[in-house]
Amino acid sequence: MSEGANAFDLIFSGEAKLYSIVALSLYVSVCAVALAAFVGFPLGAFLALSRFPGRSVLVVTMNAFMGLPPVVVGLVVFLLLSRSGPLGHWGILFTPRAMIIAQALLVLPIIVALSRQTIEDLWEEYRDELNAMRVGPVRCVVTLLWDGRFSLMTTLLAGFGRASAEVGTVILVGGNIDGFTRTMTTAIALETSKGDLPLAMGLGVVLITIVLAINAMAWGVRRVGELRAG
Amino acid sequence: MSRRIILAAVLAVSAGLCGQAIAQEKSIVVSSTTSTTDSGLFNHLLPIFKAKTGIEAKVVSQGTGQALDTGRRGDADVVFVHAKGQEEKFVAEGAGVKRFPVMYNDFVLIGPKSDPARVKGSKDIVGALKAIKGKSAAFISRGDKSGTHSAELNLWKQAGIDIAADKGPWYKEIGQGMGAALNTASASNSYVLSDRATWLHFKNRGELDIVVEGDNKLFNQYGVILVNPEKHKHVKKDLGQAFIDWLISPEGQKAIANYKINGQSLFFPNATAQGV
Repeated sequence: MSEGANAFDLIFSGEAKLYSIVALSLYVSVCAVALAAFVGFPLGAFLALSRFPGRSVLVVTMNAFMGLPPVVVGLVVFLLLSRSGPLGHWGILFTPRAMIIAQALLVLPIIVALSRQTIEDLWEEYRDELNAMRVGPVRCVVTLLWDGRFSLMTTLLAGFGRASAEVGTVILVGGNIDGFTRTMTTAIALETSKGDLPLAMGLGVVLITIVLAINAMAWGVRRVGELRAG
Repeated sequence: MSRRIILAAVLAVSAGLCGQAIAQEKSIVVSSTTSTTDSGLFNHLLPIFKAKTGIEAKVVSQGTGQALDTGRRGDADVVFVHAKGQEEKFVAEGAGVKRFPVMYNDFVLIGPKSDPARVKGSKDIVGALKAIKGKSAAFISRGDKSGTHSAELNLWKQAGIDIAADKGPWYKEIGQGMGAALNTASASNSYVLSDRATWLHFKNRGELDIVVEGDNKLFNQYGVILVNPEKHKHVKKDLGQAFIDWLISPEGQKAIANYKINGQSLFFPNATAQGV
C-alpha cells in the first residue's frame, strides 16, 4: 500500500486488496460461527434438557470457556495442525481452514452456554405442554430451538462478534499471509507494526462499520420475523 | 415444519461450502523475517517471481528464531532469514539442505534527536553502546530471538558488556517484531537497533533518527535455505528450490537491487554461485 494512502481512499478507489481482506474476514468468521452453531445448538439443547452426573461441571466449564484466551486456543490448534503435530498430515496450517477451525473452537463455548440458558428457560415454560403432547426428545429439541430462534440469533451474533474481533488465534494459525490468510484484524496489527497508524486506524473504522452493518441487518431480520410470527 | 427443513438445508449447504478446498495452485510457504515483509521487499519481489514461474510464494513473517523453528517443524518449504550462526546450526542439524547467501543490508542505531548518550554521528557502534550503558539511557531490545536481537546481543558482547547481568530499568526487552520495537522507541524516546530497510519504510518516527551507522560491525547478511525434504516428506522440493535458484540468479539479484524507497536501495544482492 502506497505512502499516504488511507483506508478511505482504498475503499472509494475500489482497491481490490481491501475487498479481498474484508471478504476473507467475513468468510472465515461466518464459516466458524456456522460450524460452531452446527455442533453448539444441539449440544446446548442437550445440556439444557438432560440430567446426568457431571452435568453441572460441564455447564460451568462451558460458561468459563466463553472467556478462553484466543492466543491459547491459537497455540493449541497450531500445535495440533503443525506438520510435526498429530494432525500435521492434513497440511492445513497457514490456510483459511485452520483459521476457521480455531475460531470455531473459540465460538463454540459461547453458543453452547448461551443456547443452553435459552433452551432451559423455554423448557420451564413448555415442559408440561410438551409432556402432555407426548413429544419425543428429538422433536422437543427441534421445537425449542425453533421457538427460541430470536434469542438464539443474538447468540450467533455474540459468537460472530467474538470471531471477527479476534487477532490472537488467526495470526498464529493463519500466518497473516498477504492475499491468502490476511484478515482485517491481522492487517491492522501489521500496519501498526509498520508504524502506519492512520491506515491501521482507518482499517479499524472499516471493521467496526462492517460489524455494525451486520448487526443492523440481523436486527432487521429479527423485526420482520417477529412481526410475521405475531 | 417446511421452514425448518429449509433452515436445515441452508445450514448444511453453508457447512459444505465452508469445508470446500480452496483451489490449489503451485505454491510454497516461505517463513521469513519481519524485516523483509515490513520493508515491503516481498511485495516487490513476489509478483516478479510469480510472473516468471507461476509459483505463488506465501510468506509467513516471524523473527529469525521463530522462522527457523517453523522450518524445523516442517511448516514451511523455504526459510529466508538473517542470523548466520543460527542458520548454520539449522543446516548442521539436518533441518535444512544448504544455505545460500542472498543479499545484505545493514543495521543502524536509532535514537531520539535529544541524544542523551551523546553518540550521534559516531561510526563506532561499540563505543555508542558503552555510552548508552554509562548514561543508563533508555534502550529498547527486541528480546525475541530474531536476527536483529541476535545481532544486538552480539554487539553488547563486543562492547564488553554482559547485558543479561548488567541490564537495568533503562533496558527493556519487549519480545516483539521490529515495527513494534520502533513504535515503542518512538513513544518513549529510546535507543533501538534496527535493520535499515524496516527503518526506511517505518512511518511513525516521532523524534527518532539514525544516530550511528556505517560501522562494519553493523553488516547484516540474509540467507535462504530449503527445508530438508528427507526430514519432511511433504516439502515442495522442486518449487522451493526454484524460488532459491531465482533469488540467487542474475535476474533475482537485479530485482532485489531495484527495490528502492526514495531512490535509496534497501538491500544489496551478494549471492555467490555456490551455497555454503
